[in-house]
Amino acid sequence: MDNKELIAQGQQMMRICNSCRYCEGLCAVWRSMEYRREFAEGDLNYLANLCHDCSECYFACQYAPPHEWEINPPLTFARFRTYSYEKYAWPKPIASAFRANGLVVSLVTALALIGVVFGIVQVRGQGVMWKAVEGGNFYEIVSHNALVALFGVVGVLSVAVLAVGVGRFIKDINEKLSELLSPATLKMTLKETLALEYLDGGGWGCSYPDEKSSPVRRWLHHFTFYGFLLCLAATTVGFIYDFVFGWQAPYEYLSLPVVLGTLGGIGLLVGPGGLLFFKYRRNREITDENHSGMDSSFLVLLLLASVSGLLLLLLRETSALGILFAIHLGLVMSLFLTAPYSKFVHGVYRFLAIAKYALERKRTQATGG
Amino acid sequence: MTWEQTENYDVLVIGGGCAALSAAITAREKGARVLVLEVAPKCSRAGNSRHTRNMRLAHETTFPPYTGAYPEEEMWENYLKATGGVGDLDLARKVVSGSSTVLEWMMDHGVRFQPAIAGTLHLGRTNAWFLGGGKAMMNSLYRSAEDLGVDIRYEAEVVDLDIRERRFHQATVLQGGTERIGVAATAVIAAAGGFQSNLTWMKEVWGPPADNFLIRGAPHDTGTVLKILLDKGVEAVGDPTQAHMVPIDARSPKVDGGIVTRLDCVTLGIVVNKSGKRFYDEGEDFWPMRYAIWGRLVAQQDDQIAYAFIDSKTIDKFMPSVFPALSGQTIAEVAEQFNLPVDVVTATVDDYNTAVQPGEFDHTVLDGCKTKDLDPPKSHWAQRIDEPPFYGYPLRPGVTFTYFGVKVNQHAAVIMEGAEPATNIFAAGEIMSGNILPKGYIGGIGLVIGNVFGRTAGEQAAAYVKTIQQAA
Repeated sequence: MDNKELIAQGQQMMRICNSCRYCEGLCAVWRSMEYRREFAEGDLNYLANLCHDCSECYFACQYAPPHEWEINPPLTFARFRTYSYEKYAWPKPIASAFRANGLVVSLVTALALIGVVFGIVQVRGQGVMWKAVEGGNFYEIVSHNALVALFGVVGVLSVAVLAVGVGRFIKDINEKLSELLSPATLKMTLKETLALEYLDGGGWGCSYPDEKSSPVRRWLHHFTFYGFLLCLAATTVGFIYDFVFGWQAPYEYLSLPVVLGTLGGIGLLVGPGGLLFFKYRRNREITDENHSGMDSSFLVLLLLASVSGLLLLLLRETSALGILFAIHLGLVMSLFLTAPYSKFVHGVYRFLAIAKYALERKRTQATGG
Repeated sequence: MTWEQTENYDVLVIGGGCAALSAAITAREKGARVLVLEVAPKCSRAGNSRHTRNMRLAHETTFPPYTGAYPEEEMWENYLKATGGVGDLDLARKVVSGSSTVLEWMMDHGVRFQPAIAGTLHLGRTNAWFLGGGKAMMNSLYRSAEDLGVDIRYEAEVVDLDIRERRFHQATVLQGGTERIGVAATAVIAAAGGFQSNLTWMKEVWGPPADNFLIRGAPHDTGTVLKILLDKGVEAVGDPTQAHMVPIDARSPKVDGGIVTRLDCVTLGIVVNKSGKRFYDEGEDFWPMRYAIWGRLVAQQDDQIAYAFIDSKTIDKFMPSVFPALSGQTIAEVAEQFNLPVDVVTATVDDYNTAVQPGEFDHTVLDGCKTKDLDPPKSHWAQRIDEPPFYGYPLRPGVTFTYFGVKVNQHAAVIMEGAEPATNIFAAGEIMSGNILPKGYIGGIGLVIGNVFGRTAGEQAAAYVKTIQQAA
C-alpha cells in the first residue's frame, strides 16, 4: 500500500467512525475525532500516535471485517504510526529504517556488539575478555573516560535526531511546542501518560491478548516504562556519585545506583518478556507485520540489555566479567544508536499527542463547545 | 462440544442477538442446560443487536448513566404516540414497565454503560448507552453466557422444526451449510429476528418497490424460523409491510449498513421527491420520534427516493454523514447533480422560504420556527434555506427489521391457530415485536422488547423443563 492509498483509507475510516461514534467512551482517539469533520493527513498522524493500540474498538466494531467496509483501527493506525515515524525521522536515507525495522535494529545490534568486542580487544588485548578483576571493576575493561566519551557523543546525536522528529511532528499536527508544554497542559499530560490512562478501554482494561478485556497490557507496559526509568535513574545517580562526589564504580550491591538498576532490570525482564509472550497470542487480523517487527526488535533489545546487565551484576567478580560487560555495552550502545529509528520514538510522539488532546479539551471548554 | 451430546439439552434457543442471549442466560441461571444456535459465523454474530447503541428504559429518578428521570408513564405516552396505540397494550405495558429492570440485569451480566455520545445528547435522559456500542454489549452477554455454561454453536441454521399438537419435539439444523443434524430439547425459544434480509420475501410483500430498498439490518435475518413457525400453525401478528424503516443515505451498502447510514438532517431542512415537491412536515416532532415514519414516507414516493436540502447554516448541526453531501452555490446546482427538475426544486425552495415565519431557532426544543400557508407545513425548526453553499443528500428507505411475526402471550409462549398457546414454544425479540409494534417506533425500544421477553421466555422455558423433570 502506498502513502496516498493509506491516507485515503484513513480518511474513509475516520469518516465512517465519526458518523458512528460508538467507541467514544473507549479512549481519547474517538473523543478527539469528534472535534473534527474533515481529516487531513496531519490529523490522521496525530490520532494514530494518540492510539495506544489496545484494540477494544476493533472488537466492539460493527463494521470490522468481514463487513464490506473492513474497519480495522488498530491495523490502520499501526500503519500510520510506521508511516509517520519515517516521515519525521532525519536524515531521509536512514529514515527508511522504519520499513524493515526488525532487520535494521538486529543488524545494528550485531554490529554494535562486534564493534565493542573488537574495540576492547584492540585497546586492551584479548586477555581482558576472560579475566576476573578485583571487585568487578569494569573500568579495567573500558576506561571511564572512553565510556563517557562514547555514550556522550552517541547520546547527544540521538537526542538531536529525536528533536528534529519532534519539530516535524508538531508542525504536522499544527501545534506549538510552547503550548504543548505549557505548565497546565504538561501537568495533565504527565498525569495521563504516567498512568497510561488511555490503555484501559474506558475503565475495564483493554482487549489483550485476545478479545477479553484485561489490565495485563497496561501492567506490562508499566513494568517496561518504569523499569526503563529506573535504569536511567541508576545511571544518573552513578554519574552524580562520580562527578560530584568522586565515588567511582563499581558500587556495593545495596548502594543506590545498584538497587535502582536491579529493580529497573527486573522491570525490563517482566515487561518486555510479558509483552513479547503475549504479542504472538494476539489476533493476527489487527497486527501489522511491519509494525510487529519494530515492536519485537525493541522489546528483545530491552530484554537482552536487562538480562546482560543483571548477569553482569551477579557475575562481576568472576572471569565472565569482560565478556558480559562487552555484551551489555554493545546492547546498550545499540539502544542508544537506534533510539531515533526504533520503537523508542513512540513514547515521544505519544506524549506529544496526549498533550495535544489536553489542549483540544481546554480549547473546547474555553469556547463552550 | 460434539453434536452427539445434543440430546441432553433442556432448552434450545434459536438466534444469537440480545433476545436470544437474554433468554439463554436466564434459562441457564434457572438450572436448564441450554444450547444456542446462531446462524451467523462468530465474527458476524448477534444479528441486529450488533448495530444497536442504546436502550430506552424508564427510571423514576436520576442516576448514571442518565441525565434525568424518565418516568414509566412518560415512556408509555411516548410509546402510544409513536405507535398510535394499536398494538397489544398488555404486552406493551409489560415491556414499558419491565424496562426499569433492564439496566441492572445488563450490568449484572457484564454490560458496561456510558453517558450519551456526542451529537445525541437529547437522548441522554431517556436512553442508556452501551460503552462501545451494541457489539460490545453482545460480546459481554456472550461471555456471560459462556461463563455460565451455555453452549453456543455458530453457522448453525435451523431449517425445520418438528411441531405436533402444539408441542415442539426436535429441530433440524444445517451445520456449516452441509451437515444436517436433529437436535431435540424439552423446550424451544425462537429469537431469530425478522425477515428483512430475505429480499424475495420483501418483494412478495412490497412488490417492485422492494428492489429500491436498502437493508440496513443484519444480513442473516432471513426469516427462516419465522416462516417455519407460521407454516407449522403458529398464529401470525402484524402487517408484513411494517418495519423499522428509516430514511438512509441512498449511497449506502445494499445490506448491513447499520447506524451510520442514517441522515439526521431532515428536521433541519426540507425534503423533496423525484418530482421536486415536498410531501410531509419535516418538523413535526423531534427526530428520534419521527425518523421511523420517514422511511415509509420515502418508500411511498416514486422510485422510492427523496432528497434532503439544507444550507450552510445547518451543515454542521447534525451528526456527520458517512458519505459527503453534494454541494453547490445555488439550489439548482445541487438539484442538477441529482437529475431533479431544477425549476421545480427551485420553486419549492422559494415557496418554502417565503412561508417561513420569523422565530428563534433552537434545535433542542420544539421551537417556534414554522411556516405559514404552506402545504404541507413545516411546524418546527423552519429556517430559510438561503445561505450558500447549499447541500443535498439522496434518501432511500432503509429497513432495519420487519415487525411481522408470531403472536405471543404474557409468558412469551407462541399462540397457535385456534388461540391456544403452545406447550413448550416461546418467542422473543424481533420475531415477535409486531405484537407491540404494529407500526411506528421509538428509538431504543427494540432491545427492551428483546430483553424483557427474552428473560420471560427463558424463565418460562426453564420452569416448563422443571415440571417435566418432576413429572418424570
